[in-house]
Amino acid sequence: MSTTTGTPPAAGDTTAATLTSDEHGNIELGKLTLAAEVIGQGTVAPPAVAEYALWLGDDALVLAQNLGWWISRAPELEEDIAIGNIALDLIGHARSFLSYAGSASGRTEDEMAYFRGEEEYRSAQLFEQANGDFAHTIARNFIAGCFQHALYERLQGSHDETLAAIAAKSIKEVDYHVDHATQWVLRLAGGTAKSRRRLIVGFADVWPYVDELFRDEPLNDELAGVAVRQSTLRPAFDTRVAAVFAEAELEVPVGFTATGGGRVGKHHETLGPLLAEMQVLARQFPGAAW
Amino acid sequence: MSTPGVTSNEVWPLWEVFVRGSRGMSHVHVGSLHAPDATMAVRNARDLYTRRNEGVSIWVTPADAITTSDPDAKGAFFESPAGKNYRHAIYYTRSEGVKHL
Amino acid sequence: MTISLPTRPIGGDISAEEQQFNDLIAQDSRIEPRDWMPEAYRKTLIRQIAQHAHSEIIGMQPESNWILRAPSLKRKAILIAKVQDEAGHGLYLYSAAQTLGVGRDEMTEQLIAGTARYSSIFNYATPTWADMGSIGWLVDGAAICNQVPLCRASYGPYGRAMVRICKEESFHQRQGFEILLELMNGTPEQRQMAQESVNRWYWPALMMFGPPDDDSPNSARSMAWKIKRFSNDELRRRFVGMLVPQAEVLGLTLPDPDLTWNEEKQAYDMGQPDWDEFHEVLAGRGQMNAQRMQRRRDAHDEGAWVREAAAAYAARQSATTERVVA
Repeated sequence: MSTTTGTPPAAGDTTAATLTSDEHGNIELGKLTLAAEVIGQGTVAPPAVAEYALWLGDDALVLAQNLGWWISRAPELEEDIAIGNIALDLIGHARSFLSYAGSASGRTEDEMAYFRGEEEYRSAQLFEQANGDFAHTIARNFIAGCFQHALYERLQGSHDETLAAIAAKSIKEVDYHVDHATQWVLRLAGGTAKSRRRLIVGFADVWPYVDELFRDEPLNDELAGVAVRQSTLRPAFDTRVAAVFAEAELEVPVGFTATGGGRVGKHHETLGPLLAEMQVLARQFPGAAW
Repeated sequence: MSTPGVTSNEVWPLWEVFVRGSRGMSHVHVGSLHAPDATMAVRNARDLYTRRNEGVSIWVTPADAITTSDPDAKGAFFESPAGKNYRHAIYYTRSEGVKHL
Repeated sequence: MTISLPTRPIGGDISAEEQQFNDLIAQDSRIEPRDWMPEAYRKTLIRQIAQHAHSEIIGMQPESNWILRAPSLKRKAILIAKVQDEAGHGLYLYSAAQTLGVGRDEMTEQLIAGTARYSSIFNYATPTWADMGSIGWLVDGAAICNQVPLCRASYGPYGRAMVRICKEESFHQRQGFEILLELMNGTPEQRQMAQESVNRWYWPALMMFGPPDDDSPNSARSMAWKIKRFSNDELRRRFVGMLVPQAEVLGLTLPDPDLTWNEEKQAYDMGQPDWDEFHEVLAGRGQMNAQRMQRRRDAHDEGAWVREAAAAYAARQSATTERVVA
């Protein structure tokens, strides 16, 4: 590009003045106080705590990744936005947990998310269940939300300050996720014959993965007072589910119980493709900044 | 006369949304959305109109529940206050210079 | 450009309400939903606002293509927030159009039937991550130039929707710029990815301002009605003037060999986009037209049972409430 003796105008100067003063519609940046995106940065997690943080971080991340698919495909535009909000909340939780988990080994949240293989993931298999149709997604989200809500409620009292802080921030958001799923459980159950049938199938398909959520692991013994013993959360979960199911006139599905194993790296077959897609670009450029 | 935009043949009806920006402020009309019922309308409004911390309280109302003044009677309807200057403080000039009035 | 109002001579057979409409336009005031307005004004607005709304909704797709593959968690969150904003902006605009008497369901039907238009820029594919940067920097940048003047559009609900949209979009262009900046500061492969993407998006972005002024049939009337405030070429030139120094900061080359500073005009001389390509894409023969439409149709069709379920539930609930009250 050649320039003559004159100096080209700077971005958005005089010519732009004939438009409006806030040509790019900038909000006044000074007015905003930006809240921390990731909680607990700077603290180093003991190895066992890091392992526990992985459980929770991977649960949130895998669910967020699943939900990301819906954006631009939801049943109505308002729902695109609602699901987007839930996915964003979950990514926020995942970033905090994974960044804390990574602190034990000097790794970043992105190294944790993008450069661990399937067997290194610690998500429970419920979170890995495919979206299916909207009813499946709602059934899975409802269970996930009820579980996370019960968990974070108790984790707020953890002796580990960082875990407690992440739980305290996350529970308010999960509260909304449970509400969103509950509203849709009621509407699909009490809507049309078709929606009711689909929801019942959805719950039947994901229910085998409920049991795994509440199994205690050896890590729970090691982290008494820090981690929440999953088995103790079951009554709160059952109570909440029973209340919603009663209103929706649904019955708790009976069927098989999946073997699980997510906490020790044994995953549902959906996780491999999910991670392959999520990690493909980052792994193509190891060490790159984005 | 209902609010503009109501069409009866939509699967989900139209709702008007009002948001209180912060404590001490009035609820202000911010726009509309579609929702199957009031419960979902409040939630959709939260997701749509307060994504950036814009509010502390939300009202929603079915758009067809709003009654508006008749636009054709505009002149007659809104011209009456003209000439009734005694409703404004500046009408009273004799007290100028007197403090605390 | 001289603006002449589309009125018949004063003292002619112009009605009182039409006179009032013309006066409001002349005073730079706003037209509100229940005001009398010429049928052509209403139609022009519905067409423009619906087209704009459809563009936001279809515009979610090229970016949602990368939500699942975003290379960092922060970028993933930003991209979701951005695509979500686009859904929101579509909603604000559908609401504005709805005040003119056309329902969202009806507009959606027109979109998926292929009888409504949307911005042809979204029919281009997004094969690389750098395209997320180019869309933010170039496409959103061009959109903002087009949209800021619309905040003062004469139709009140449209102007108000645009104010909200412009405020929210302020982050869209910045995040795109930052994506490209990160790439340009990265490895040679990343830099190449950025330049290759900008090469693909530069001309389509310039086409977003519409055909040249001498080939834009609806422009003059829209300007007279103050729906539109600046001509296509004027906005395009202004946009290029802003891009040049930004490209220098990025270290990117704008792919126009004819781009030179004209001291006399105090503006850039520039080459012309390929208008044949523009008309081809507009006519539905772009890279991704069919896929974009299919995705929208699928979402709408596959969501029908959900929408119907919620409506049925609402009807049953209100029937129950009425029984209780009675």
